[in-house]
Amino acid sequence: MRTGGPTPALRLRIPGGRMRGGRTGSKLWYAAVVPCLAFLVIPIATLLLYENPGRILANLDQHQVAQAIRLSVLTTVTTTLIALVVGTPVAYLLPRLRGFGHRLVETVVDLPVVLPPAVAGIALLLTFGRRGIIGAQLSALGIGVSFTTAAVVLAQLFVAAPYFIKTAAVAFAAISPDTKEAAALDGASRWATFLHITLPLTRNALLSGSILTFARALGEFGATIIFAGNLPGRTQTMPLAIYIGFEINLDVALALSILLVAVSFLVMLVTRLLLKEQEEQ
Amino acid sequence: MKYASVLLLLAIAAGSAWGEGGREQVGHPRPSGIHGSVVVYAAASLTQAFTVIGDEFMKRHPGTKVLLNFAGSQQLSQQLALGASADVFASADSNQMKRAEDHGRIGQGAPRIFAHNRLIVVVARNPSVPVRRLADLARRGLTIVLAAQPVPVGRYSRIFLDKAAADPAYGAAFRDGVTANIVSLEENVRAVLNKVILGEADAGIVYSSDLSAKSAAEVTTIPIPDALNTIASYPIAPVADSTNPRAAAAFVDLVLSAYGQKVLADYGFVPAHPAGIAAK
Repeated sequence: MRTGGPTPALRLRIPGGRMRGGRTGSKLWYAAVVPCLAFLVIPIATLLLYENPGRILANLDQHQVAQAIRLSVLTTVTTTLIALVVGTPVAYLLPRLRGFGHRLVETVVDLPVVLPPAVAGIALLLTFGRRGIIGAQLSALGIGVSFTTAAVVLAQLFVAAPYFIKTAAVAFAAISPDTKEAAALDGASRWATFLHITLPLTRNALLSGSILTFARALGEFGATIIFAGNLPGRTQTMPLAIYIGFEINLDVALALSILLVAVSFLVMLVTRLLLKEQEEQ
Repeated sequence: MKYASVLLLLAIAAGSAWGEGGREQVGHPRPSGIHGSVVVYAAASLTQAFTVIGDEFMKRHPGTKVLLNFAGSQQLSQQLALGASADVFASADSNQMKRAEDHGRIGQGAPRIFAHNRLIVVVARNPSVPVRRLADLARRGLTIVLAAQPVPVGRYSRIFLDKAAADPAYGAAFRDGVTANIVSLEENVRAVLNKVILGEADAGIVYSSDLSAKSAAEVTTIPIPDALNTIASYPIAPVADSTNPRAAAAFVDLVLSAYGQKVLADYGFVPAHPAGIAAK
């Protein structure tokens, strides 16, 4: 609501006048933003600039490092795909529940997010470990879970799947029942509605949920080292290699850390490009 | 450049230290003037023994607070190398103490050996394959956990395997068999023991001192002959730039005293100065 142009002298005489107040206000706003952003940027920048990049990347050649990278990629991709498949039905169900049922399922899905990962690891060990309630039965059938690469996937799935489920649930909830009714009236089966209406409408959210799951799984440490153990080539993912590497040789830890930062960045970039493509279509 | 990592490490160290020791003793400082907090970085295998010694220290010096930080010695020495603040460092091997020395955190010539430890094999109840003798460790189908290479006990375990490979009674086949059975390299010795107690792994190699009366009842043990064993030497030293050097020195003295040596012996260590222990 700008008034016409009062003379500058008049403007200055209005205490806390709108224009003056506006300018001072926005500067304060920026100042308030700096601490948080700086806190997030400086450690990452420090990490990337700590050492000569050439020296650091030379460490990536080492056998153990390459194993950790390969294992991380394999398990994290597997986890994300499984989360997509088993998590989508749960996410679809959640908005359709009411009252106590809804709260119960929501709490169950929220719990792994809030739980400290080490606790998740112990819980998984007591369940699927060799003497665990389920694990003992599996052992009798000759199936061992702990200390295998499958255990790594299970640990990642436990802590990361809820991220996808929650994001997807919100997206599914946002689809108006009128849309689905319209499709039904046109003769579409429930499955066809899901495939051709619901999924396309929620594609962005599902994608971002998968990205969250991927990122959380990639960084998973506590549950992995307790439940799956730590063996290069089989269960030593990048975060474990960084942790152990940190104790022996800072350079190895740095190399892996920088790689993880780069991967995270790449994932974010790819997501953004995909989403942009979506919007442009 | 290093400050961000140092702050993070301090937060971790402080966080773990708060969980240990540390009853606030209300009272007047003794005339000796030893008071304040003493942050002790100690190898994980020293958990029970040092907790007892720490309590005694606080009793003898009211007004002090002993904060114990137990972890793998390699992790502690790396933290010290990166500047974490502590008053005493007790390591499970000389390599890790040397790293702290090389980074100027420990004075040259300051470390003194306060205990010895030896390796022992622990076997879970109902292992998947019977294990009665040392040689059985190489049997196929067994799951074994060791500590990771940089952990002192992990290094000693590797040395044991190498010595066994050179011994005609066992040979390289023994070492290869055992190595093939390894399913995890844990980050400290207590994690190895816990996995065996839980029955997740059939066997592991830990220190004889790790077997408290309680845990000894939950596993069976197989001794490792002296010729193949590694006698670990534990050095202790005050940290050079400690903010409480008098208390740090007093703590080291307590560990090396007849009392401290007896506590260590009670917990399964081989004391470095047995002659000082009063007869029971």
